[in-house]
Amino acid sequence: MSNPAPNEIPHLLVHEHDDNVGVVVVEGLTAGTDMLCCVTHDNSTFRLTAGADVPIGHKIALKDLAEGDTAMKYGEDIGKIIANIPQGGHVHTHNCKTKRW
Amino acid sequence: MASKYSNMTVMGYRRENGRVGVRNHVLILPVDDISNAACEAVANNVKGTMAIPHAYGRLQFGEDLETHFRTIIGTGANPNVHSVVVIGIEPDWTKRIADGIRETGKEVAEFSIEQKGDFETIRAASWAAKDFVHKATEIQREECSISEIWVSTKCGESDTTTGLGSCPTVGNMYDKLLPEGITGFFGETSEITGAEHICQKRAINEEVGERWYKMWKAYQEEVIFAHQTDDLSDSQPTKGNILGGLTTIEEKALGNLEKIGRTSQYIDILEPAEAPKSGNGLYFMDSSSAAAECVTLMAAGGAVIHTFPTGQGNVVGNPIVPVIKITANPRTVRTMGEHIDVDVSGILRREQTIDEAGDALIEMIRRTANGRNTAAEALGHREFSMTKLYRSA
Repeated sequence: MSNPAPNEIPHLLVHEHDDNVGVVVVEGLTAGTDMLCCVTHDNSTFRLTAGADVPIGHKIALKDLAEGDTAMKYGEDIGKIIANIPQGGHVHTHNCKTKRW
Repeated sequence: MASKYSNMTVMGYRRENGRVGVRNHVLILPVDDISNAACEAVANNVKGTMAIPHAYGRLQFGEDLETHFRTIIGTGANPNVHSVVVIGIEPDWTKRIADGIRETGKEVAEFSIEQKGDFETIRAASWAAKDFVHKATEIQREECSISEIWVSTKCGESDTTTGLGSCPTVGNMYDKLLPEGITGFFGETSEITGAEHICQKRAINEEVGERWYKMWKAYQEEVIFAHQTDDLSDSQPTKGNILGGLTTIEEKALGNLEKIGRTSQYIDILEPAEAPKSGNGLYFMDSSSAAAECVTLMAAGGAVIHTFPTGQGNVVGNPIVPVIKITANPRTVRTMGEHIDVDVSGILRREQTIDEAGDALIEMIRRTANGRNTAAEALGHREFSMTKLYRSA
């Protein structure tokens, strides 16, 4: 892991190292993009291939997620995974649901 | 300890009760829905006044009525308001509201319509309004400490960029200015769901945290569980939140709570539209997450500037309080730039730190307090929405 190179804008931001989802922060991201990912907690970076066209603001799985898993963001529980999601896949209401209401 | 914010001053209006306002409105305030027309006629007759029409005020009772009175009285009492003409259908509730505003020491004139009709009421109220405008336009701004400014926050049309950028920007501002003695407000009770374990711990002590938790739990049981027909998806999170990438209430709540920063602690909790009574510091106001309702309640509680992080682009404003819009979403900056006061999209590109974004917001608060009109003010957004607790009698 290293800090992002100057002038290189990240595609994906992740809040905490414990998280298993990250947020797309560029418009027009397409499947197959070799994404620069940045963990905002310490500005460390890694790379991941986008598995789908994902709109800005939407989430991507950082690893394979299985039905019944817990989605983690901010280092906290943000809901349950309700369908298997491959690493790099789009995480949203079709495969992730609140545990609360 | 002195910081670079310690000597910051703004040019504000010092009111009779010592509070500092940043605007100088003359309001024409209806007690009830059926007095809206007379108020709007007066505001049309006398330039430099503003009517605030609203939907309620008849046959309310109990806690719902008290919330109504607190909201109307608090709006008139807000230091951004110089003086108020109050108009109601009958004299008794009109007097109750006028007297409530008079406790601040500001000038209030009251009129009731029954046995007079709209014409006579509008004639008499217009004379009072004109007198207030002459007085208001002659008073001058004076130098006031930043510590005298009450700043509220509530986010809207949130997306994942609010939790990454615009909400932490507000949090950074509170972490810097609360130690300087400002008074702050946050709230949105249902929208802490999923982060309530964190919010409870951000109370100044265990007793306040327990009262906060009890209030949050009551909202779950009496509002959400009592009326829900599904998992609230599309309502909380909203359709806009979901389009922006927020999936669950837990995710939304964790982003929301970024607005109180890393070190800020709340010192007390408030009823809807209740004014703080425990001194300088941060307060949690029990409130809905609907933008106009929440900003209306916080303005009635006495906030004079509102900081509003948005992701997908909420356009809300308020009649008496300047609403500063902050976004980190570059698409929203591109497509809805006319609504945005502070662009912190550099955070997403890692070109701007949260610390720098917080300073940019503080600078915009200073300029707004000095008189700069916000985007919402320039665009005429004056949403005023009463919180209704249950059906009227």
